[in-house]
This record gives sequence, structure tokens and C-alpha cells, in this order.
Amino acid sequence: MTPRWKFWLIGGLVIAVLAAAIYFPILRRRVKRAAKLQQQSEEQARRELTQPIAINLGDPRVKTKLFWASDTIDSTLIPVTVEMPLSNDPVLRSKQVLNTLLAGPVDAELRTLPPDALLLAFYLLPDGTAIADFSEALATSIPSGIVSEQLAVNSITRTLEANVPQVQRLKILIHGQEMETLAGHLDLAEAFVVNTKPAQPPVKSAPAQTSPDKPATPASDKAPAPAPGPLTADKPPGKLAQPERKP
Amino acid sequence: MAPLATVMVSPSQAPSQTQQPAPGTLPAASPPATSPQGGVAGSGGSPFGAQAQQAGLNIVVLDPAHGGTDPGARGTGGIRESEIVLDFVIQVRRVLELQGFQVVQTRQGNENPSFDDRSATANAQRGAVFVTLHISSTGLPGTVRVYVNSDLPPVADSNGLIPWDRAQGPFLGLSRTFGDLVQGYLTQRFKGSPDAAQTASVRQLRTTAAPAIAVEISSVTVEDRADLDRMAPGVADAIARGAAAFKPSYVVPNTRGALP
Repeated sequence: MTPRWKFWLIGGLVIAVLAAAIYFPILRRRVKRAAKLQQQSEEQARRELTQPIAINLGDPRVKTKLFWASDTIDSTLIPVTVEMPLSNDPVLRSKQVLNTLLAGPVDAELRTLPPDALLLAFYLLPDGTAIADFSEALATSIPSGIVSEQLAVNSITRTLEANVPQVQRLKILIHGQEMETLAGHLDLAEAFVVNTKPAQPPVKSAPAQTSPDKPATPASDKAPAPAPGPLTADKPPGKLAQPERKP
Repeated sequence: MAPLATVMVSPSQAPSQTQQPAPGTLPAASPPATSPQGGVAGSGGSPFGAQAQQAGLNIVVLDPAHGGTDPGARGTGGIRESEIVLDFVIQVRRVLELQGFQVVQTRQGNENPSFDDRSATANAQRGAVFVTLHISSTGLPGTVRVYVNSDLPPVADSNGLIPWDRAQGPFLGLSRTFGDLVQGYLTQRFKGSPDAAQTASVRQLRTTAAPAIAVEISSVTVEDRADLDRMAPGVADAIARGAAAFKPSYVVPNTRGALP
């Protein structure tokens, strides 16, 4: 006959194994969650700290042109028109359109900017020169190459050109610093020409429908002036990606 | 922004004796230079008056992009842009030399010269064109794009000397002609490539005082590196044909510091 103490020992072990089997998945989930939190990049932490530009529903709803990659023609931009409330203040308006551009289209393949890139600050000088300060992710997460870097900068300048006529030139900073290139190719030393047309306050229309593949060029006296024109929908109103939700 | 400096074009300099003028320095005995508008700045008399004949294109400066700690674009299969462009340059060099061109490379191995150092190699030559080779991370695989620099602000220096950081300015027209020729030959070989050279603000081109183009091959996303290697002979042939076709339209005044 088995001694009584052995019976209790075996019983205790069985209970311990059962308890461990139940607790193990819970423990694993907690470890995974902790690892995920640890992996949270500096960019993501900054994103949480940065206050998003609130869309004021009281602002007039405006047809807004956003330039994303074309799904049919390789390495080309295409304007997508969406209707959204936009401020009349050019700085707020620029932040709103650029943040919408950064949020990206529904189809991630059509993105021109890295999903973790952030607009940290935006300034507009009296002479029409805008300074956009982006987070490091714009430079580090973008695919390296002339074509991809050009597409990224063009999508920014073309979107500003179409929606904020007060912005004449754009200087891009990365995390507050002047950079020689965006990701090893595209020159960031000079400001890019956005719009050479005299500024007019945005009311119900945005200017200048130009060809989608027009390249961004550094500011120069020789820069061609885009032809002004009424806003027309190039495509049916597009859908925007939902902003990333944080747990 | 880099300080203004003179870009000197040295007369009849052998490629093996590459002289690299340091950005930000002004040579002591700087001869007069023609202005970008075509006028002659300074006293007008050339110290080389007796030799004032015209030279043509005879040197091609090849720039394999990236290198050293900068691998450039990287593919999932371990493809590194810096290594592939060096292999491409070796093939381009061979074809160009067969056609009688002298070839100068901005790097021979796995070094990473700065943008200014690479431009200085080109700016020290006379009668040269500059080709920087890249492999992209995106784009339709099997296609090739040629880029010329975007418009640059006009050269404001009243004495006609070219500011280092806008050295490409006076050469933009020639770069466009050269770029369109090379792109045309590439498009014949690689279907889906653009018909004409594209414009982009490419940092490497801005400080280069010569007809200069960037050639970008798509892309490191190919699954097998052999797919890229198979493109090398076609790319080499197109660049060599483009340089040969461009040669008659590039006449360089045989005066130090002169502009086209």
C-alpha cells in the first residue's frame, strides 16, 4: 500500500501542473505585451505626445486634393479628392492636409510617406516660405532611391500647392535639423517651389490643377508658374485611412 | 550651406592625375572665366590664347553610388546597392574604353567618398561627362530611369565664377541633352522605361561642373540577383552609345575655368 505522504505529494504535484497549465497562456500573453511595449519606438512615443491637429467640424467642408501614388502608372502621383473640414488659417490648414496625407490612403500600397512619419511642426514665413519639420522616420523608413524620395517630396509639395495657396516654397527639416538629403539621394539643401502664384486666401476653391508627375524643384527665379484653375474632381471622392488607434 | 567656391576646370588633365580642388577654396592664379550668359568675365585675355582651340568630350567619370558604411538600397535577398553598382560600373567602363573614352571612377572598391569628393573628381577633369549609377528600392523591376538635376537658382556671382554648391547650373541644358540620349537607348532595351530623362533634385548632381546624369535601375526587390546582373550589358551599351552620340554636341573651350 502506498504511504499516505506519497499520495498527498502526487496530488499536490498534479494540482500544481494543472494550475501551471492554466496560468501559462496568461503569463505568455503578459510577456508578449511587455515586449511589445518595450519595442515601442521613440517615434511612436513622440506620436503619442504630439497633439493631433483637431479637425474642427465648424470649419467649412472643402474639396481637398491629396497626392498619393497611382495604382496604374508606375512611380507616378495621382490626385485624390476628399471632402473634409479645413481651417482658413494657412498654418492650421497646412497641418491638416499634411497630417491627412501622412495618415495615408486606405490602400497602403499607394502610400508615398512612411506610416510612422510625423509632422512635428509647421511654420509659414511672411514671404511665403513654409518650413515643415518631420520626424526622423520620414528619412529612415522611406525606401532608399531617387524615385521613391522624389515621389515622397512631390506628394507633399503638390498637396500643399493644391490646398494652401499661401505656401510659395517649402523647406523640409528632419527632427529640427537641416539635412543634406532625404535618404541619400534627394537634395534637401534648397527650398522646393510649391506655388509661384501670388497668395490668395482659400475660400471655396483651391488653385492649380497641374500634371501629376510634375517634379518638385528647388526654389528659383526660373520656376514655372502653375496655371490657375478651378478645383475639379479628378476621381470620385476618395476614402481616408482611419487614424491608427493606440491601446 | 557650403561656402561659395570656384569650380576650376583644369586643362588637359590626365585622368590618372586627378586633381581635386577642395570645396571652399579659390585657386590663387584663377584665369578669367566665361560667364554663364556667355560673356567673358575679367580682363578678357586668356593666358592660353595661343592654344585657344576647342576640346571635345573624351572622359567619362563613373560614380558607383554609396559604398563603405552606406550600402544604399537593400533587397530581401541580401542584395546591396553599393556592391551591384560597382559591378555595373566595371562593365560600363569596359564598353566605354572600347569606344575610345578615358574613364575615371569616383571609387574603386568599398569606400564611401562624400558627395563633394565625388563631384571634385569630375570637376578636376576637362571635357568630361559624369554618370552616377544607382539601384532603386521601388519601381517596376527591369526598367531604368535617367535623371538630370532640377533647375537651380541662377548664378549670382558677378565675376562669372561658378559657386561650388550650384556648379551644375550652367550645364543643365547639356545634361538634359545627354540624359535624353542615354534614356532613349535604355528605353529601346528595357521596355517600360520612360521615353525621356526625368528631372529631380539629386544631391550628387548639384555640385558637378559637367554634363551630369543619374542612372537608376529598378530594383533591389528582384528575388534573384542574376535578374539585375543580366541588365548590366544593356545598361553599359546604352551609356556608351549615349556618350558617343552626345560627343559632337559637347565642345569645351580650351580655357581654364571656361564654361560651355
